[in-house]
Amino acid sequence: MVTILNVVIAGLLLGGLYALIAMGLSMQYGVARVANFSHGEFIMLGGMITWTLRTVFGVNPLLGLAVCGPLAFVIGYLLHRTLFKRLSATSASPGIFESRSMLASFSLMFIIQNIASIGWGPEIRGYSYLHTPVDLAGAVFGANRLVTLGFALAIGLGFYLFVARTRMGKAIRAAAQDASTAGLMGVNINLVLALCFGFGAALAAVAGMLISMCYPVRVVMGQEYTIIALIVVVLGGLGSIPGSFVGGFLLGLVGSVVTTVDPSLSLVAYYLIFVLLLLLRPKGIMGK
Amino acid sequence: MPILEGQGVTRHFGGLAAVAGVDFHVGEGEAVGLIGPNGAGKTTLFNLVSGALVPRPGTIRFKGENVTGFRPHKICRMGIARTFQSVKVFADMPALENVLLGLLFGAPGRVSPADAAREAAELLDFVGLPAVGASAAKDLTLANQKRLEIARALATKPQLLLLDELMAGLNPTEVGQAMELVTRIRARGIAIFMIEHVMKAIMSVCDRIIVLDHGKKIAEGTPREIATSKAVVEVYLGE
Amino acid sequence: MMAVRIDPRKVWLPGLSLVILLLLAVLPYLRPGYTIVLVYTILMYVVLTMSWALFSGPTGYISLAPAAFFGVGIYTSAMLGKALPLPVLVCVGGLISACLALLVGALTLRLKGIYFAFFTFGLVELMKNFVLWYEVKFSGVRGRFLVIRIDNITIYYILLAILAALLLTTYVIRRSKYGLALQSIGQDEEAAAHTGINVTLLKVVIFAVSAIFIGAAGAIWAIRLTYIDPYIAFDALNSFMPVLMAIFGGIGQIYGPILGAAVFSYLREILITRFPYHYMLLIGTILLVAILFLPDGLVGLVQKWHQRALRGQHANT
Repeated sequence: MVTILNVVIAGLLLGGLYALIAMGLSMQYGVARVANFSHGEFIMLGGMITWTLRTVFGVNPLLGLAVCGPLAFVIGYLLHRTLFKRLSATSASPGIFESRSMLASFSLMFIIQNIASIGWGPEIRGYSYLHTPVDLAGAVFGANRLVTLGFALAIGLGFYLFVARTRMGKAIRAAAQDASTAGLMGVNINLVLALCFGFGAALAAVAGMLISMCYPVRVVMGQEYTIIALIVVVLGGLGSIPGSFVGGFLLGLVGSVVTTVDPSLSLVAYYLIFVLLLLLRPKGIMGK
Repeated sequence: MPILEGQGVTRHFGGLAAVAGVDFHVGEGEAVGLIGPNGAGKTTLFNLVSGALVPRPGTIRFKGENVTGFRPHKICRMGIARTFQSVKVFADMPALENVLLGLLFGAPGRVSPADAAREAAELLDFVGLPAVGASAAKDLTLANQKRLEIARALATKPQLLLLDELMAGLNPTEVGQAMELVTRIRARGIAIFMIEHVMKAIMSVCDRIIVLDHGKKIAEGTPREIATSKAVVEVYLGE
Repeated sequence: MMAVRIDPRKVWLPGLSLVILLLLAVLPYLRPGYTIVLVYTILMYVVLTMSWALFSGPTGYISLAPAAFFGVGIYTSAMLGKALPLPVLVCVGGLISACLALLVGALTLRLKGIYFAFFTFGLVELMKNFVLWYEVKFSGVRGRFLVIRIDNITIYYILLAILAALLLTTYVIRRSKYGLALQSIGQDEEAAAHTGINVTLLKVVIFAVSAIFIGAAGAIWAIRLTYIDPYIAFDALNSFMPVLMAIFGGIGQIYGPILGAAVFSYLREILITRFPYHYMLLIGTILLVAILFLPDGLVGLVQKWHQRALRGQHANT
């Protein structure tokens, strides 16, 4: 019997994941102005690395966080400092930079996916972790999924506080508003943009780790998550990190409802939301 | 009947009123100036007239017809042309083609390619750019790019021309040339609505001046009346 | 965005194109056999690339939808292949793709370019999911077997016809006032709108026109495949390749995409046979290099060499 509670909690579980991946993309697009189509590949990497750590080295996936997160951060940071910074320097206008970085990230999508398939092969990978069922007011969920939600909330809130309260967060918000002026005001803009890109990648990898705890992972899983992240970012409002957080949960709820009807229709449903959004309120929930 | 009329034109951005309840009008063949401190809402008002933005609320009438909410291309075809504060020419295209587009799309009626090319060349002559038809717009000086923008605007056969800070960035000689060009445009019967900070230009060219501050109209009158208005002087020197 | 100025003063181009088309038309009589297959594969890529460049080149709106339109064409063949004669089938494939493009365009092209890019990026995956769901639910199958047998020569001529139609369309549009207007949209869309150009309508129409040829190409390409399923039909790589080839070749001129597609589709054969496991990695890297170091593509490179040679000549006199 599927109760409303079931659906709502499942929606929150899914939503937590969506919120994380969308926040990551929002950092990259909202601040560094890179529409990162390879975002999903970092999610995939997080999942695959965690799987390897778990099945090959027996490492607890939650500890795997300490590997995936920083590793993705470093890769993202370096990518920005080398590739995207150069693109920015050689683009005559922000519009041109947007196109070129979008296409560059599209290339990265194929590159990373190929590297991953060389490393891990095309098979579906999965592992079992914390599958013990937990009873929540009549609805039964695996403990792993609850841990996932807990982590998503904690990381999401932590990130939000970081951006809202700390000095670095202030620099990030300034850069998001107007990068060149922020640079003139003494913010080390190159550092901030690269850091944000790195943070975005790290959030993706962490989300990937959490996903791997609940679902099977495979090398081609990234693209669908990228699309979901894009939709959530639009839903929350382009450039709004809190919007992505909220939007993620909203879309997760939609996904949960649709799954009870027909699981293979979730992307179609998300696209319908996308269509409605574009028709009625393109700037999203919290868009500027 | 005025050729352009705005009633209660208002537009908010995130809670702040960029333009608040402004009534304005421009008569046929008239030259009206729009002045005010930075951030007063002048360019926003132009955006509302040209269709780049929609008044919420408020009505705008052009030649008696309610054009509120019309899209920019429609308003252009009806007879309102404009230039922009940051000169928006088609940078990589030759100057002639910039003007051609105005003739081919903005002007009423059909025109043959040969006629269009000839008219475009004439317009370039008129604005003082006789020899640069083949040069890419981005290779022109700022003053010449502004001329090109005007030529393109004139190519759409407007009855009203909106000029947004035409004189900005021009040296005194160029300012004089620009004023002379505006006079010649008026001689063609085209009404002018111009935003300007260069007071000398506004005072000598305009029949009437509207003053905005913080989105509201605070004064309106002849150049002499405005120059001696206490309210206006306060707004510019006070605070 | 990324629009580049085109130079319509190349009068020799139509003449040369006609000659090449005629040569291609008689090719099957001169070199039958595998050459035909190789050449029509190149023709197919040229069609995809030029179609993509028709809209995305001058306007700078990056479309990642080609794979969706191609897949629509493939499925048109799969579903209607037995009921319709081949030329009609190809046209229907093109028309259905155009309808999809009209929908997507009407929805997204009124807004900033980034929405268009996001929407078209996910469109391929969406179509894949949707068609899969539809097939499983209503047709009871995951994939389909195609039983229409057409010989290579017919496929060749149909692709050649599609290419000829596309070349003609591209040429007519670019030389018309609409071609000029498309460029101005890429330069400064707001100014274009204020110059009397109905930018949204023009974008949507040209986008739909570009989709016709991609859909038609998909419809005829399907004949080559014996088995299709949504994964095969809606493959993101089919969006990547036209973009890569157009940028590689250079989107400034009409023949940039043609050059890029011709060179690259030949390169592709080599890469796919020599490095089957590193294929995506290699082409991804090539596009990255092209974006970083070859902003005007091969055409730009050739132009630069040409200019340098001219300067060298003058220096010597």
